Amino acid sequence: MGDIPLALPVSSRRGFLKGAAASAAGLTIGFHWSGPLRRALAEAPKDFAPNAFLRIAPDNSVTVIAKHVELGQGAYTGLATIVAEELDADWAQIRVESAPADASKYNNLNWGPVQGTGGSSAMANSWMQLRQAGASARAMLVAAAAAEWGVPAASLTVAGGVVRHAPSKRQATFGALAVKAAAQPVPAKVTLKQPKGFKLIGRKLPRVDLLPKTNGTAQFTIDVTFPGMLVALLQRPPLFGAAVKSFDAAASKAIPGVTDVVQVPRGVAVVAKSFWAAKQGRDALKLEWDDSKAEKRSSAAIIAAYRTLADQPGKPARKEGDAATALKGAARTISASYEFPYLAHAPMEPLDAVVKLDGSGCEIWAGDQFQTIDQANAAATAGLKPEQVKIHTLLAGGSFGRRANAASDYIVEAVSIAKALGANGTPVKLQWTREDDIQGGRYRPIYVHKIEAALDAKDQLVAWRHRIVGQSIISGTPFASLIKDGIDGTSVEGAANLPYAVPNLSVELATTETGVPVLWWRVVGSSHTAYATEAFIDEVAHAAGKDPFAFRRALLGRHPRHKGVLELAAKAAGWGKPLPKGQGRGIAVAEAFGTYVAQVAEVTAAPNGKIKVDRVVCAVDCGIPINPDVITAQMEGGIGFGLGAVLYGAITLKEGQVEQANFDSYQVLRIDEMPKVEVHIVPSSAAPTGVGEPGVAPIGPAVANAVFAATGKRLRVLPFSTGGTV
Amino acid sequence: MAISFTLNGKAATLDADPDMPLLWAIREVAGLHGTKFGCGVAQCGACTVHIEGQATRSCVTLLSAVEGKHVTTIEGIESKAAKAVQAAWVELQVPQCGYCQSGQIMSATALLEQNPKPSDADIDGAMSGNICRCATYVRIRAAIHAAAHRLEG
Repeated sequence: MGDIPLALPVSSRRGFLKGAAASAAGLTIGFHWSGPLRRALAEAPKDFAPNAFLRIAPDNSVTVIAKHVELGQGAYTGLATIVAEELDADWAQIRVESAPADASKYNNLNWGPVQGTGGSSAMANSWMQLRQAGASARAMLVAAAAAEWGVPAASLTVAGGVVRHAPSKRQATFGALAVKAAAQPVPAKVTLKQPKGFKLIGRKLPRVDLLPKTNGTAQFTIDVTFPGMLVALLQRPPLFGAAVKSFDAAASKAIPGVTDVVQVPRGVAVVAKSFWAAKQGRDALKLEWDDSKAEKRSSAAIIAAYRTLADQPGKPARKEGDAATALKGAARTISASYEFPYLAHAPMEPLDAVVKLDGSGCEIWAGDQFQTIDQANAAATAGLKPEQVKIHTLLAGGSFGRRANAASDYIVEAVSIAKALGANGTPVKLQWTREDDIQGGRYRPIYVHKIEAALDAKDQLVAWRHRIVGQSIISGTPFASLIKDGIDGTSVEGAANLPYAVPNLSVELATTETGVPVLWWRVVGSSHTAYATEAFIDEVAHAAGKDPFAFRRALLGRHPRHKGVLELAAKAAGWGKPLPKGQGRGIAVAEAFGTYVAQVAEVTAAPNGKIKVDRVVCAVDCGIPINPDVITAQMEGGIGFGLGAVLYGAITLKEGQVEQANFDSYQVLRIDEMPKVEVHIVPSSAAPTGVGEPGVAPIGPAVANAVFAATGKRLRVLPFSTGGTV
Repeated sequence: MAISFTLNGKAATLDADPDMPLLWAIREVAGLHGTKFGCGVAQCGACTVHIEGQATRSCVTLLSAVEGKHVTTIEGIESKAAKAVQAAWVELQVPQCGYCQSGQIMSATALLEQNPKPSDADIDGAMSGNICRCATYVRIRAAIHAAAHRLEG
């Protein structure tokens, strides 16, 4: 740890101290920035660090080490709750800090040998690991107290961070026992609590990161500052696949504060003493591009090609019975196509990373979501070994999937700039602008879906053929080994696992290629499959003359958790109660990453055809609810995020050029269009699953189905603004 | 060229390009990092500060424009309304990623300072310039009403 810079940014130190002081005042629990200071704490010899996930200090603080990044989804709070529960700690003594990149300790257990956050997996993969970590530390604290007092361990109780021996009225805090606990052997086996004994899990505990996020002291990558640090802005090609032909840096270098203009594999970087100088320098840069290998198609051309593919058989993702024959012989068939645009993630904090590179190693500060992948890519770029790259994971100002990309684009750019500057140890901050973000690629892919269904003479659903056309997100990445028999599961999830009972079912995929880089976007495949399946089942219900809720419910006999959330949402929303003319109610249900969500949306259609979403009732089954308030917040936020996308979200290409540039042209949801939201959580004893993404899946189809109920109009092309509905 | 103004109640003189946006002067010259960069074109509100008590997008305000004026950032808000807003933000657990929340709190504080009992429509009017990609809007609205209630009591 000798190479940790002593120059802790002043603002960081101030933020840390403010947080700590406020914590002592009892306003909230403390939040500790992941910086050098905490590493100094980690090395304090008096700390009790029984495993890789927690540390107890003589000052009675319990520090939980988070292997997952905090992007807003509440991961730090959830991870700390699991540890604190089995430890029987007091919530007020809990701190959280981020883990270093270390594949030997901090892998995502759902993914294999990778440390990273995504697929709403933080709680699911950490559940048993952190319970064991907490229980193991508790057992060592108890053993230390038993030895100290000469009493049997079984005669001790633990609550609120205090170990007690009732017969002798002796007690000791965790802090007081820390030194002696460290000398105890790590138990080979621990007994975990029964859920009925949970004291913290299931409670609305305050988030650990709350206070710094309400007083401006929360530390994001953009706030990292070092003496002598430079700021870089990178000019990337205007078309995907284009490359630098030549550039003239004279005008850039004439801007006061600009220190360097360097070419790197992805473009030309203007480096300066401040953001503003770098921005002016980049604006002054003159470049010529070689676009001979660039993608020059327009979105309309790509979608037209996909429509043709959707009329042809694709590779089988799921096959039961004989859908083709059943469709031919059916009493009635229904068919619809759905079209989905590219979508940008647009997290509020534009991508950024701070890199300090010299001959002996590389340090990176970032809201890092793919720690070991980013570590490997940074090492390859710098010509170092992965273990020479240290990653400090900071709070991320949102991500929605953007910071989890296998190419580590923003990290690699920052390292390549530091390398081009001579790898001289000068800290460099790469800052993307909003325009860089909106036009920089790695979008949710364009997809076209075509679904056909058959009803028999009794209006029973007897066949369902679903064809999906679009790019693979994982093709060409280290995750490509997950593609089986030509099927990228992320393209068909939410469709291939259709929960409805249909005797003849075929789900087919045509995987396409374009020059546009694509990426997972919050709820991944279900961002389009849930829309197509849930909008279409509504069309089928209507064709069959059935109530959309009752029609779904009758087909979910083998899927009790889908049925459970569907019934809860319908009941809570008052499904079936008449609405005034011009209003409509729509329902949708989806499972994503093992979490089940149903939503009922109520909309009002104005006489001019414009719609407003008034209210959304949401039911969620995510297993044991770890923190009901965080779950509720994720459902609310998922609904708003998804609603903005279905109303307005679209990145479109015109001859290869992205037509949007900032929030004026890439519209997202604002407060005046946020509906009222009610969230109902299903009580459960199943192992917990994630909540960061699944709330996004049903909102689009729930609203589309409500619009149909209000107006009789089906919305099959996204976003709705395309058709003038908003 | 040096620009002099009052920053968070104290006299400040920043020796910087007068055409530099106030946002970057606050962040990189004055070293106050609570005010955030989100779009650079007054579309998202993450950079909101108060100039003479008015919620203002600092990313499109030139440094020269605040000569002699009172500028307040998230680090300097002390009014009753500001304290009520921050307390309500904590009580209702508004933040998720937290990046936009300085700007949200600055806009909400300016609203309550001028309109102690805003309606939902007033909130829409004052707050729709502040984007939250986590869509914490349900809680922002509830927290503004809660802060108004607190100020009333």
